[in-house]
Amino acid sequence: MKNSIRLLVLLLVAGVLPAHAALKVLATTPDWGALTREIGGERVDVYVATTALQDVHRVEARPSLVARARSADLVVATGAELEVGWLPVLIQESGNSRIQPGAAGYFEAASALKLLEVPTTLDRAMGDIHPHGNPHVQLDPHNIATVAHALTAKLTALEPAQAAYYAARGQDFDARWADAIKRWEAKAEPLKGERVVIMHRDQAYLCHWLGLNEVASIEPKPGVPPTASYLGQLVTRLTSTPPRLILLNAYNDAKPANWLSARVHAPAVVLPFSVGGSPEAKDLFGLFDDTIDKLLAAK
Amino acid sequence: MLSFRPVAVLFALALLPAVAEAADDVGALRAELQALKNDYSARVDALEARIQQLEAAPAVAAAGSPPPEAPATRPASGASAFNPAISLILGGSYTNTSRNPEDWNIAGFPPPGGEVGPGERSFSLGESELTFAASIDPYFSGQLTAAITGENEIEVEEAFVRTTALPDGFTGKLGRFFSGVGYLNEVHAHAWDFVDQPLVYQAMLGGQFRQEGVQVKWLAPTDLFVEFGAEAGNGGSFPSTRGGGNGLNATTLFAHVGGDVGDYTSWRTGLAWLDGNAEDREGGIADAEGSPLFESFTGDTRTWVVDGVLKWAPSPRRELKVQGEYMRREESGEIGGDGVLLADDYRSTQSGWYLQGVYLFAPRWRVGARYDSLDSGTPRYTPAPDGLRSANPDRLSLMLDWNPSEFSRLRAQYDWDDARDDGEVDRVLRLQYIYGIGAHGAHKY
Repeated sequence: MKNSIRLLVLLLVAGVLPAHAALKVLATTPDWGALTREIGGERVDVYVATTALQDVHRVEARPSLVARARSADLVVATGAELEVGWLPVLIQESGNSRIQPGAAGYFEAASALKLLEVPTTLDRAMGDIHPHGNPHVQLDPHNIATVAHALTAKLTALEPAQAAYYAARGQDFDARWADAIKRWEAKAEPLKGERVVIMHRDQAYLCHWLGLNEVASIEPKPGVPPTASYLGQLVTRLTSTPPRLILLNAYNDAKPANWLSARVHAPAVVLPFSVGGSPEAKDLFGLFDDTIDKLLAAK
Repeated sequence: MLSFRPVAVLFALALLPAVAEAADDVGALRAELQALKNDYSARVDALEARIQQLEAAPAVAAAGSPPPEAPATRPASGASAFNPAISLILGGSYTNTSRNPEDWNIAGFPPPGGEVGPGERSFSLGESELTFAASIDPYFSGQLTAAITGENEIEVEEAFVRTTALPDGFTGKLGRFFSGVGYLNEVHAHAWDFVDQPLVYQAMLGGQFRQEGVQVKWLAPTDLFVEFGAEAGNGGSFPSTRGGGNGLNATTLFAHVGGDVGDYTSWRTGLAWLDGNAEDREGGIADAEGSPLFESFTGDTRTWVVDGVLKWAPSPRRELKVQGEYMRREESGEIGGDGVLLADDYRSTQSGWYLQGVYLFAPRWRVGARYDSLDSGTPRYTPAPDGLRSANPDRLSLMLDWNPSEFSRLRAQYDWDDARDDGEVDRVLRLQYIYGIGAHGAHKY
């Protein structure tokens, strides 16, 4: 019954509106791309600027991205200066007044969230720190839920005529997501308090959410690759109280993590980090299913 | 953290009597104020935590009601809140040349003036590049880049406003800016992959062609990147001259096309045309002995530029960038020397190209090679000059750089430079440093 009503609504919508009327969205990461598809459904045509195998800090304002920005109705970005090295150029070169920061077609996920690790002093001697806090927010599903609300509001504001459609999809996602969070939190209960070594601060939200105990970071400072002597000290420090797991992301260089893994006898787990970071992480649900499965399997 | 604050407050309160006894009235007052402050910050923290919990909780109950308002990030306040983004580039080099840099020239080409050649020997301070940028209002943004030179001069590299609210893919620029012709022309010195510009840029455009005027660009609404641009300027930059008239002395037209091939490869190619007027432009082509055939040129100068760049980045730790550009310049008009007209049917066709590759082979290391080649052609005019022959200056450069972070770069470059008209090779070693402080710059493709 419910499905047939939905089909009817879709047919009506498809009949009334020309096929190309979908909202063109440029998402900076696969996660925001996936979230926009969850809420926007058929009403959005999403192009994702990066893959899970790229470092979002270091992406270039490629011509193809400028071309997509030109015709975008909405840019969905992380914000908090994660994309500071390329998104401003993209928007500037696009000649598209709809997506300029401050315009209706510009959305930053971070502006809906309270970020972790907001630095109290700002000095680049501390490495790649972000003045507004840690921008790698997607690995806490509660953040996804909050961003989903804000994104639903944004899509509705852009297309008031479609308010009911977006509200229905937003609520549907909300309910499924809340169930999934319950499932993940129950499943990940045994991970609570486990000692982990992380690669970069981009795993901070995952650790915060699951209650993992971060004992060390392979990067001595954010964005600064480890030196041999630093890794040596790490081994000395971790030998007496070894970590349970070493976490790294699909896009990271596995070498330092594997090196450490062999010396402190803890498995290095490659996590998808973003949608598309592993074959299982096909969408947002898959991303968290796979992350928790991989953590539990390695434990 | 949340549980720590109340504990701290309790501690402060517990210690309060002892402190009051030991210290004088002022001290007690201060402690009380501190306790009050701690108390308030603890309450604010608790409230914030509650807000966060409420937001994080799935809003199933709120079905039908509008989504909760996002907590606004608090902007900076005060008179400095609207200060522009400021960034500063610090650079310098050590240069070792086998030949005297003062006699450097490009055989068969008129001296372009400006920042060309291998530079001075030994240590030299490079240009310190200071950039201010900000939105002006909802319709324009502005930028100034000033270069403070090692010779203690301040030079305005670029100073322009740009439109941000034109519809349909149009953008406009007004002021002084690097022209959109070619690929490297718009790139600031700190972002070059080699210490200096390719020979063809030095010989044809005096390093970089700067417009002072207006630029309009239009980006096509297609998935393939297709961009057209036009500029009109006063011609104050080589190979044109500003002249004395009211008219435009330099106009350009350009088009760029670009896109992706698969997940890892991107490309851009372009075609540009630069049409300029020169009026008493100083400097002439030299003959085989090195003495100039004429002293000034007045006439039309037209340059075609073809450029292409290909980048392959299969992982964040590996990237190959290959680029090349070809330029061809035709000049026709009058030449003069010693205040007299030497010929009014002067014609010259000159061309050149470069090809370079830069490879990121380890997380912070890049290696690069570049080959430059020029063809001076032979100018034609009556009476036909003696002792003229065409020259083919060329140069090979190898580069290695180390980038400890996004904001610092140390580079070594070695050149076999055969640009001079006597055909003797200059071996040039340059060590360079480039550091950036301040606002995080974003670079164009």
